[in-house]
Amino acid sequence: MLPRRYAYRLIALAILLVFAAFFFVPMIWLILAPTKTDYQLVHESPFAFGSLATFGHTFNRVINYQGQLMLIWLKNSAIYSVGGTALALLAAIPAGYGLALTQFIGRRALLAITLVVMIMPATALVLPLFLEASAVHLLGTVWAVILPFAFFPFGVYLAYIYFSSTIPKDLLAAARIDGAGEWGVFRHIALPLARPIVALIAFFAFVADWNNYYLPFVMTYDNSQYPVTIGLQVLIGSAPIFSPTASGYAASEIYRPDLAMATLIAIMPVLIIFVFAQRTLVKGMLAGATKE
Amino acid sequence: MTVPSATVVPDERVSARRGRRAARHRERPPAGSSRTAGYFFVALYVVLLLALGVAPAIYAIALALSAPGGIGFAHFVNTFNFFEFAPAFEHVFEFEGIWLVSQTFFVVTLALMVHTLARRVSTTFRFIFYLPGAMAGAASAIVWLFMFTPSGSPWAFILHAFHYQVLSNTVAPGNLPIIFAIMAFFTGAGGWIVIMYGALNNIPQELIEAAEIDGSNAFQTALRIKIPLIRKWIVYMLVLAFAAGSQLFVEPQILGVATNGEVPAQWSPNQLAYNLAFQLDRFNDAAAVSVDLLVIGLVVAVILVWRGKLFGVD
Repeated sequence: MLPRRYAYRLIALAILLVFAAFFFVPMIWLILAPTKTDYQLVHESPFAFGSLATFGHTFNRVINYQGQLMLIWLKNSAIYSVGGTALALLAAIPAGYGLALTQFIGRRALLAITLVVMIMPATALVLPLFLEASAVHLLGTVWAVILPFAFFPFGVYLAYIYFSSTIPKDLLAAARIDGAGEWGVFRHIALPLARPIVALIAFFAFVADWNNYYLPFVMTYDNSQYPVTIGLQVLIGSAPIFSPTASGYAASEIYRPDLAMATLIAIMPVLIIFVFAQRTLVKGMLAGATKE
Repeated sequence: MTVPSATVVPDERVSARRGRRAARHRERPPAGSSRTAGYFFVALYVVLLLALGVAPAIYAIALALSAPGGIGFAHFVNTFNFFEFAPAFEHVFEFEGIWLVSQTFFVVTLALMVHTLARRVSTTFRFIFYLPGAMAGAASAIVWLFMFTPSGSPWAFILHAFHYQVLSNTVAPGNLPIIFAIMAFFTGAGGWIVIMYGALNNIPQELIEAAEIDGSNAFQTALRIKIPLIRKWIVYMLVLAFAAGSQLFVEPQILGVATNGEVPAQWSPNQLAYNLAFQLDRFNDAAAVSVDLLVIGLVVAVILVWRGKLFGVD
């Protein structure tokens, strides 16, 4: 019996390792690519390390590309994501609380609508949102991107689940008996207990906003407004290796290691958050579902 | 395509069961609370919901239905007869077929395997699987652009086995659905593996031990006990992935730019809608395609919420 059991385990481990390679190799490649020159990137082993000096040169070239466009894109991404996340929290936390712990006419209907719009992919609404933004003259302002980001039904749902399952109702009732008003109960009792869910919603909203491509693609129209996701596409369009027509702009040529570096810079904020939030993401996130 | 942020719902849903139970004891308003307070707390969210969820949807429907004589389906008919309409939907459905089948198989298999490992080892695997989620969208499309370029790719040995010499060989039209499926799997599967792992942890240990005492081997236990018990998460993943996949945009867009048009600019329905609106100035037709996509998403969402019994709308 035993050898067979070991055989199962070995096969399972081998399959897991193959998939770990599938997920991890592109990440490793992305970190190594900017250490090499364009020639080295194509002709040397994909896992060869170039040099730190090349890494530095590549970094400078990407940052200084066309008057430090990369920094402008990153700044735009930060404004859109931080603004969108802040507004999303401002709306979602009280809404989740209201849905979970107060009674009002239409509460169930609002909850059902929230679930439906949460599941519907937001991209389906991007074109109509563009038309709406155009009608109310918001195009060309940061609000054309920030406001759609602020609408985050998934956050409302998470807050609803959290408040309805973790805050003891007796605690709120006691506070009311002690004379606290509805706002006081929320502000002084529910909100301090809601820190974990605030962090979780902020995480999901920020990551979704930072990585969003289609909405800003439609809402913004030049380099001064693009977030870094669109910036990456601009860079590909300037890379003669991929876009031969771009070779005319010899002064602003982008090479393959530059593209890898730009991608690395673009994902860095989210990557850092992922690594630091690892414990919560892979374990704590599964409230009530952990093995230990 | 953005990976749906809702991929984490089931984790939270596990705790939601407690919420549902709690809800049963909440038929009456909590002592001392007033109805007006409820309206106050949801006010900002409701304003956003109306302005950014409901209003654009109604606006799109109105635009799509507007006709010279009043209301009509002329724009839907227009787009339906557009020669790129049918191929665009065929493309995404082919992509979704490949992606959904392979993702379901591999996510469930990998979650089952990870679940048999010691905790510390499994944490490492889950983190490696989950990490690419950080680069969803444009970043992943660029990285895979390099992965699919035979010269310099870490996977060159596989590409060469298919006799691919240059990027345009790899991104031949027939390969595109599978290429986008690989990209979507790369960024999305890890989150689902973590979710399935959480669901597997919820299976009572006694149940699995009882099966083992009865002589069930690991494979039989997985097939007959574990998979049926996590079935609703699998259904949930399928439905969400289907809805999100129909909206594919960023991957074909980036590949189109990188291959200088080798991937058509109207490969997916969302790209088609974009091009109708911004290249051809046919906003009403674009709105019609948006409504088509909206209906697909809406139908799927409504079925899931009302029939799937995944969500406790108490």
